[in-house]
Amino acid sequence: MRSWVFFLVCVAVGAVVFAGARLVQNDYVFFAGYVVLQFIVLATAWNILGGYTGYVNFGSAAFFAAGAYTSVFFHKFYPLPIPVLIVLGAIVSGLIGLGMGYLTLRLRGAFFAIATLALAVVLQTLIVNWNYVGGARGAYVIRPESVPLIGNYINYLFVIMLALAIIAINVARAIERSQLGYGFATIRDDELAAEASGVPTLKLKLVATTLSGALMGMAGAPFPYYIGYLQPASAFALDYAVNSIAMPMIGGTTSWIGPLIGAILVATLQQWATVSISSELSLLIVGLLLVGFVIIAPNGIVGLVQDRLRGRTK
Amino acid sequence: MAEPLLQVAGLSKRFGGFVALDGIDLAVAEGERVGLIGPNGSGKSTLVNCICGTLVNETGTVHFNGEAVDGLLTHERTRRGLARSFQLPRPFATLTVADNLRVPLLYTVNARPGPSLSAADIDARCAELLRLVVLEGKAGKYPRDLTQVEMRKLELARAMAAEPKLLLADEAMAGLSQSEVDDIVGLLIRLNERGITIILIEHIMRAVMKFSQRLVVLVSGKKIADGKPDAVIRDPEVEKAYLGQ
Repeated sequence: MRSWVFFLVCVAVGAVVFAGARLVQNDYVFFAGYVVLQFIVLATAWNILGGYTGYVNFGSAAFFAAGAYTSVFFHKFYPLPIPVLIVLGAIVSGLIGLGMGYLTLRLRGAFFAIATLALAVVLQTLIVNWNYVGGARGAYVIRPESVPLIGNYINYLFVIMLALAIIAINVARAIERSQLGYGFATIRDDELAAEASGVPTLKLKLVATTLSGALMGMAGAPFPYYIGYLQPASAFALDYAVNSIAMPMIGGTTSWIGPLIGAILVATLQQWATVSISSELSLLIVGLLLVGFVIIAPNGIVGLVQDRLRGRTK
Repeated sequence: MAEPLLQVAGLSKRFGGFVALDGIDLAVAEGERVGLIGPNGSGKSTLVNCICGTLVNETGTVHFNGEAVDGLLTHERTRRGLARSFQLPRPFATLTVADNLRVPLLYTVNARPGPSLSAADIDARCAELLRLVVLEGKAGKYPRDLTQVEMRKLELARAMAAEPKLLLADEAMAGLSQSEVDDIVGLLIRLNERGITIILIEHIMRAVMKFSQRLVVLVSGKKIADGKPDAVIRDPEVEKAYLGQ
């Protein structure tokens, strides 16, 4: 399917999802749906670096929080509409991704993962000590009651996150089918052989860290308006780092559809567990699912289906 | 006399206290078929790695096609026409056989000055390369579905896809049966007849003797012989290195 046709299909599906959520006439659907969509963006963004190039990023929360705190900063400094804040969040997180990529270019495997974790700790420490954006005590971001055309503000945030999810999925799919996608795959498979085949691995790794960081920053930018009160503990929460890794791994990391499936499955399950059992149980669900998938289907749901199909054709 | 395609001068490489290469001089003319032999640990693969830019040499220079390539990254050297195959095949495991060949076409051939290959051109080149290495039926397969000899052929085809001027084939026949070795030697000779200069690093003497027009011998990081294969293998120094006193 051509990219623009796929984009139109995504927009149509998005419109159906929004219309369906409106039909329910319950704001909770929008609150919960926003979180699911946010994790679709985060999982897809993580997968561009972690799945396509094989560089596992444990610092997703840092990029997400950088986007969120960019919004907080501008909310105080010079209030701007959310779409502009999303672009600014993407720029800030993209630059952090570029810087991280530059500093960790020579690291691989566990060493790269530890470096990304360290980035999250360093950034959280900076935010905790930066009073202008609320420091350790946090910052209030009062959202308007409603917006023209859409009405309720949470509906507006839902539409924004829906648009971001569509953008993230289309970016990931376009990469997968492009020269860049081949380059990323060679880095994941064998960096030495990739260089010997003419692939500029260092440059492509920088592209991946920047793109992945920018998309995570985009997901974080509307977050202060969603939550209303942002503190470092919520922006840098463990959930973001764990879910960003777990969702693509459960869905499958080699294709754009894997993180989408993983995010819908896990985030929906978490939302259900939060309201029906306990919010603390949601991470336990992720942990159990991850352990189960690593044992039963190490290539995720997509890998499982592909193996079944291949077995049928043999 | 024409300038050599590859000119290595005074190349040295140490790993801690171990001297892997000690002042290697090597000149390879365009179109030559050179065999590079030596006992295990003699520095053959280190020399290949230094020429290709995988390792950085401490002293000495590498000139390729009249240009100093020291300081260039591996992919930059590949784009200049210096390709290699690996001792142990290193295919891109999650890409199909055809996609493995597509990568050098996209990132090397299309990165050179001049018109880029279209998607149809790339498909045609992949098919041609697969025909050349007799892997036509395997285009859609994954490397895990290939036999050992097919994997070796894929390794060579991928190096060839970069349209190199010089191919460094590092032990392309290790672990193959006699008929499979003949198969690969035939393939390398066919590639050389297409105008590609080849340096074959190999332990299988029958293959080396059949392939090489010139033989270079490394022992303990030093070049001890360089000349016609028949003369080199009768060299007392070479006999001593291989058979002992």
